[in-house]
Amino acid sequence: MTDLLYSDEEEALRSAVRDLLADHCDAAAVLARIESDTPHDRSLWKLLTESMGLAGLLVPESLGGQGATHREAAVVLEELGRAVAPVPYLTSAVVATEALLACEGAEAEKLLTELASGRTVAALAVGLAARPEGDLGVVRQEGGALSGQVTAVADAAVADVLLVPADDGGLYAVAANAVTVTPQVSLDLTRPVATLTFDGARAHRLTNDAPTAVRRALRAGAGLLASEQLGVADWCLSETLRHLKERKQFNRVVGGFQALKHRLAQLWLEIVSLRATARNAADALAGSGEDTDVAVAVAAAYAAPVAVHAAEEALQLHGGIGMTWEHPVHLHLKRAKADSIAYGTAGAHREALARLADLRPPL
Amino acid sequence: MNDAAELRDRTRELLASHPPAHTGRLDFLRARFDAGLAWVHYPEGLGGLGAPRSLQAVVDSGLEAAGAPDNDPRRIGIGLGMAAPTILRYGTEEQKRQYLRPLWTGEEVWCQLFSEPGAGSDLAALGTRAVRDGEGWRVNGQKVWTSSAHLARWAILIARTDPDVPKHQGITYFICDMTDPGVEVRPLRQITGEAEFNEVFLTDVRIPDSRRLGDVGDGWRVAQTTLMNERVSIGGMRIPREGGMIGPVAKTWRERPELRTHDLHQRLLRLWVEAEVARLTGERLRQQLVAGQPGPEGSGMKLAFARLNQEISGLEVELLGEEGLLYDDWTMRRPELVDFTGREAGYRYLRSKGNSIEGGTSEVLLNIVAERVLGLPPEPRTDKDVAWKDLAR
Repeated sequence: MTDLLYSDEEEALRSAVRDLLADHCDAAAVLARIESDTPHDRSLWKLLTESMGLAGLLVPESLGGQGATHREAAVVLEELGRAVAPVPYLTSAVVATEALLACEGAEAEKLLTELASGRTVAALAVGLAARPEGDLGVVRQEGGALSGQVTAVADAAVADVLLVPADDGGLYAVAANAVTVTPQVSLDLTRPVATLTFDGARAHRLTNDAPTAVRRALRAGAGLLASEQLGVADWCLSETLRHLKERKQFNRVVGGFQALKHRLAQLWLEIVSLRATARNAADALAGSGEDTDVAVAVAAAYAAPVAVHAAEEALQLHGGIGMTWEHPVHLHLKRAKADSIAYGTAGAHREALARLADLRPPL
Repeated sequence: MNDAAELRDRTRELLASHPPAHTGRLDFLRARFDAGLAWVHYPEGLGGLGAPRSLQAVVDSGLEAAGAPDNDPRRIGIGLGMAAPTILRYGTEEQKRQYLRPLWTGEEVWCQLFSEPGAGSDLAALGTRAVRDGEGWRVNGQKVWTSSAHLARWAILIARTDPDVPKHQGITYFICDMTDPGVEVRPLRQITGEAEFNEVFLTDVRIPDSRRLGDVGDGWRVAQTTLMNERVSIGGMRIPREGGMIGPVAKTWRERPELRTHDLHQRLLRLWVEAEVARLTGERLRQQLVAGQPGPEGSGMKLAFARLNQEISGLEVELLGEEGLLYDDWTMRRPELVDFTGREAGYRYLRSKGNSIEGGTSEVLLNIVAERVLGLPPEPRTDKDVAWKDLAR
C-alpha cells in the first residue's frame, strides 16, 4: 500500500539536511554566489555528500551507496528546494545515477561508486526541458568518438562526466574535459544550464539501450522534481506568512485583510495537496508498482503550477520588497518557473496521462 | 478491553446467540448494542466497551462477513455523527440511557435545528427564543436547511435563552420532540427540483427542562462538540481512483468519442489530475489519522471537493452537448438520501452548487484555515461585547 507519510527516519534526515543548509546555505550566500564565476557551491556539495553520504541514497550498498530509496531522496530534495541550494543533487545524484542504474557492466558500476561518494559529479547530456517520452540522440557516434551539440544541460558546468545518448542508440560516458562546456545565461541562476559541444570526444559505451536508461532517468527526475517544487512552494508560503504577520499598513497587520487571508489559505491547500501527490510519486518510484508512470505524471502535472503560483503570490504579497534583487523571493520564482519546464511541462505530462488513463484526444 | 482478539470473540458470541439468518433486523441491532459492539469506543452500557475507536473495524468486518444487518448509517447520519457525541459528552446518565440506544438502532431518527434564515454563517446570532415556562421552556422561532425533519422523532436544537448578553453567551442546547404540536415541518424545494431539506416552524413548543443538554447559557460550547463531529465525519473514507464525480465524466469521454473537442480534452485532463490529487490528499489525511497524527488538512478537504465537484459536473453538462440542454426530472420529491451518481449530469451540476455553502461556506472555511492553521489575525469582531438584542439586523 502506498505510504504517503514521512517515517521517523525520514523526518530525522530532513532536520539534519535543514540544519546543514541553515548553517551553510542562507539566502544571502546564495545571492552572492550566483553572479560569481562559480555559481555552484562545491563546499556545500562536499558537506552534503562526503559528510552525509546523500549522493549515494539511490546507489546500492554493494557499490558504496546508502541503499536507500526515492522516498529519502525526495525528502532531501524538499529541503534543497526550500533553500534553492545551488548543488547538482537532482541532476547527478538522481537523474545521472538513475541512468547508470539502468546500465550493466563494470564501467557503469565504477561510475556509480564514484557518484555515490560525491567526489565525481555527472550530468545526463539531455536538455533540461526533455520529457520522459521525448526524442533523443542528436549526438553522432563514429568510431568511439562523439560529435554534435546539446543545449540547456543543467549543472553541466560542474560535471566531471557526461552521460550522452547518441544516434546509434547507445549511452556513452565522456570525460568533461574532452567536451566544450559553454555556460548559457540562465533564468534560474541556482541551476544554470550550459551548451555541450562534442568534437570527436572519446567515449565509453555504457549500454546499447540509451532510450530505456534515459527514460528511467527522466521519469525519476520528473517524479522527484515534484518534491523539490514542494520545498520551493513551502518556503514561499512560510516566508510570506512571516512577512504578512509583521508588516503593517493602514494601522493594521496586513495579514489580517481577508482578501489576503483567502489567497494564503488557498495556497496552503494547494501545498497540502502537493505534499500528498509528491509523496505518492516518491513512494511509487521507490517500489516497482506498475502505476509509477501515472503517479509521476500526476505529480509532475500538478506540482509545476503550484510552485509557480506560490512563488508568484509570494512576490506579489511581499509588495515592493519582493521586486528587489536583495530579497530572495526572486530566486524561488526563477527556480519555480524553470522547474515548470524541467523534465516536461505540466501540459506534456497531462498529454502522457491522456494515454496512461485512457482519456484519448478527439479523433 | 483493547484487544482485537477479544472483540473478535465477542462478535462471534453475538453471532452465535443471534444468528442473523434467524433474527429480526431490529432485534439483532438491539442485541448488538447491548453487547457493546455498536460503537466500541463508547462506554459500557451505552453500546460500547470503552475500547479504542480503531478496533471498530474488527467488529464491522466480522459482522459483515456473517451477513449481519447494519443500522443503515447513511439514513441516520445526523443522529450518529452529531447528536450522539454531543449527548455522550453533555447528557445526564438518564438522557444517555434514554436516547442513545434507539438512536443507534435507527428506531428514532434525529435532525438538527441549528441554521435560521437570519443566522447562516453567523450561526451564533440565531434568534429562536426559548423562555422559561414553569418547570420547562417554551420555544418560538424558525429553523431552516433541516434534513430528515419530516422523518425525525427528535431534534438537537439551539435557542436563545438570554438576549441581554453577547450572542455566544445567551444560547442553550435542547433536545426537541418533533411530534410536539407546535412543530411544523415544510419541505424546502431547492434548485434541483426536489426537497432534501425542510423549514421548521416552532410555535410555543414545550420542552421540559429534562431535555436540556448542558447548562443554561452554555449552548454554544455544547454546539461546538456537534459541529466538530460534523467535520470529523467528512473525508474519512478511502476512495478508488475515479471514485468521485470524475468517474461518470471519464466514462462518457471513453464511450462517446463523438463528443470530444480539444478544449474539453484539456479541461478534462486538468480536472482528472486535480481529482486524483484530491483523492491522494484525502488518503494522506486518512493515514495521518490512523497513525494518530491528525493534521489540520481536514478543514481544507471540503474546500477542495466543493470546487472540484462544481467544475467537474459543469464540464460534464457541457460535454454532453445537446443532451446537456435536458434535465432528468424536475418532480418535487423528498428523498431520504442524496445520491449524486443515481441522477444525470444536470442534477450533479445543480446539487454540487450547495457543496460550497452547506456545512460551512467556502469563504468561512478559508477564514478558518487562515486563522487556525496559518495563524493570521482574526476578522474584526464588532459584535463580541454587544448584547444580542442590540445587534444590527
